[in-house]
Amino acid sequence: MSKVAIEFAGVKKSFGNKLVVNGVSFTVASGECFGLLGPNGAGKSTLARMVLGMTRPDAGKVTVLGVPMPARGRLARKGIGVVPQFDNLDLEFTVRENLLVFGRYFGMSTRAIEAIIPSLLEFARLESKAHARVADLSGGMKRRLTLARALINDPQLLVMDEPTTGLDPHARHLIWERLRFLLARGKTIILTTHFMEEAERLCDRLCVLDHGCNIAEGSPHALIEEHIGCPVIEIFGGNPQELSSLIRPYVQRVEVSGETVFCYAPDPEQVRAQLRGRSGLRFLQRPPNLEDVFLRLTGLELEK
Amino acid sequence: MADDFTAVLPANAWNWAAVWRRNYLAWRKVALASILGSLADPIISLFALGTGLGLMVGRVEGTSYIAFLAAGMVATSAMVASTFETIYAAFSRMHDRRIWEAILYTQLTLGDIVLGELAWAATKAFLAGTAIAAVAAALGYAAWPSVLYVLPVIGLTGFAFASLAMIVTSLSPSYDYFVFYQTLVITPMMFLSGAVFPLTQLPGGLQRVARFLPLAHSIDLIRPAMLDRPAAGIGLHIGALCIYAVLPFFLSMALFRRRLMR
Repeated sequence: MSKVAIEFAGVKKSFGNKLVVNGVSFTVASGECFGLLGPNGAGKSTLARMVLGMTRPDAGKVTVLGVPMPARGRLARKGIGVVPQFDNLDLEFTVRENLLVFGRYFGMSTRAIEAIIPSLLEFARLESKAHARVADLSGGMKRRLTLARALINDPQLLVMDEPTTGLDPHARHLIWERLRFLLARGKTIILTTHFMEEAERLCDRLCVLDHGCNIAEGSPHALIEEHIGCPVIEIFGGNPQELSSLIRPYVQRVEVSGETVFCYAPDPEQVRAQLRGRSGLRFLQRPPNLEDVFLRLTGLELEK
Repeated sequence: MADDFTAVLPANAWNWAAVWRRNYLAWRKVALASILGSLADPIISLFALGTGLGLMVGRVEGTSYIAFLAAGMVATSAMVASTFETIYAAFSRMHDRRIWEAILYTQLTLGDIVLGELAWAATKAFLAGTAIAAVAAALGYAAWPSVLYVLPVIGLTGFAFASLAMIVTSLSPSYDYFVFYQTLVITPMMFLSGAVFPLTQLPGGLQRVARFLPLAHSIDLIRPAMLDRPAAGIGLHIGALCIYAVLPFFLSMALFRRRLMR
């Protein structure tokens, strides 16, 4: 089996005169969880569609599971499972019927599909919902059913476009736990997200996208070390401009986003000392995270 | 580019059946309502016009008006059933409910999906047309057993109209545009194809137009079979319907590719 699951080389794509992917290259190894991280409109979904052969690049090469896309897309898709950004389950059908119908699209016999439905329902924690109509499921259950549906062909590679967008924290944690289970079983996952926490928890490596460009790539830890590398203090409750000029000499860098001042401070005590005695300020000291990396690289704060 | 178009063609001769079976499973849940709904309209028309108008017009082309009309109604109901299935139901599966998108994640191609939808629409047309033919035969308005010859023609008619409607589905931005196809193409076709009155009643120019209409070819096959008369130009009519089934199929695949796989 090839060690490389996905390879993008110099890929470009425009819609009309809007350039949405501008020379993106990256490689995803088998068994890895790779993240495409960026704000809405950064080109993440377009890249995900290219992995599936549903969008053809204007320039560059896309190779998935060893075959060129989109020309041999059908062959690659036999080994891919997809969790799309918007649920497209069949609302007319029950949970079980959704899996049955989808398995047939892969040419599986009814008997073969029925044999694996119990394990898929167990995986998705939907054992008690087999005969429920999809329209009656909660958002989290629909997502889990979509995930179960994506596994029906026992794919090597899972493509997930914002797998937890729109879910409440409990439902999100359950999806993350299920994805880690799949990674432990050797599946390769490529996921797009604008949740930094999701990327940090799941991804072995990721690339940060902005306006269709790959602006940084690496493991979450390495990116944080490289671009931030010191504790962060968030300060709320004062005049951000005034505060930032006051503490600028004592920190490595300071950024203002909305009404929050972000101080990248190798020595946080110094900052606190400067602001001691000021009333109405609230401090939050924490380790640096991907959000800081993104803020640093793009000057933008991602929506939470 | 040519390589890419091959990638959207049907992958093999059986993949489409998975799409057909999906639609069949959904239909089975509402089968009774669907059958009654699609039969009521043509049967009411058949008896209302057949008996009401029949009293005034008497015999047409050597048969009772209701027997003349029955053949037209069989073909028309096949046309309407497959057209509506394709412009409304298939459009909803493609556009609103993103069911086609989910299918495109699998090893099925766009061509497999379109072919499955066409086969499904032709199946519904077959049910609708066959039901009218059965009612007509039971009441003595169609000859037995020659009425059996109409069954494959009903299926082919359904396929041709589904294929034509697939072009409209592939181009339409929303449901609002379908009414133009209904009122400017489908309804006039019924009156220009000899469904409710003989083509000889039309002015010469329109008679020549009628020679190109798929519904006219369908009726020219169905009416002789139902009335147990010798049919002329069978090869020509079947060939014309096949062309209407095949060419729009390829055109719609190209249009859907542009729409869904940019």
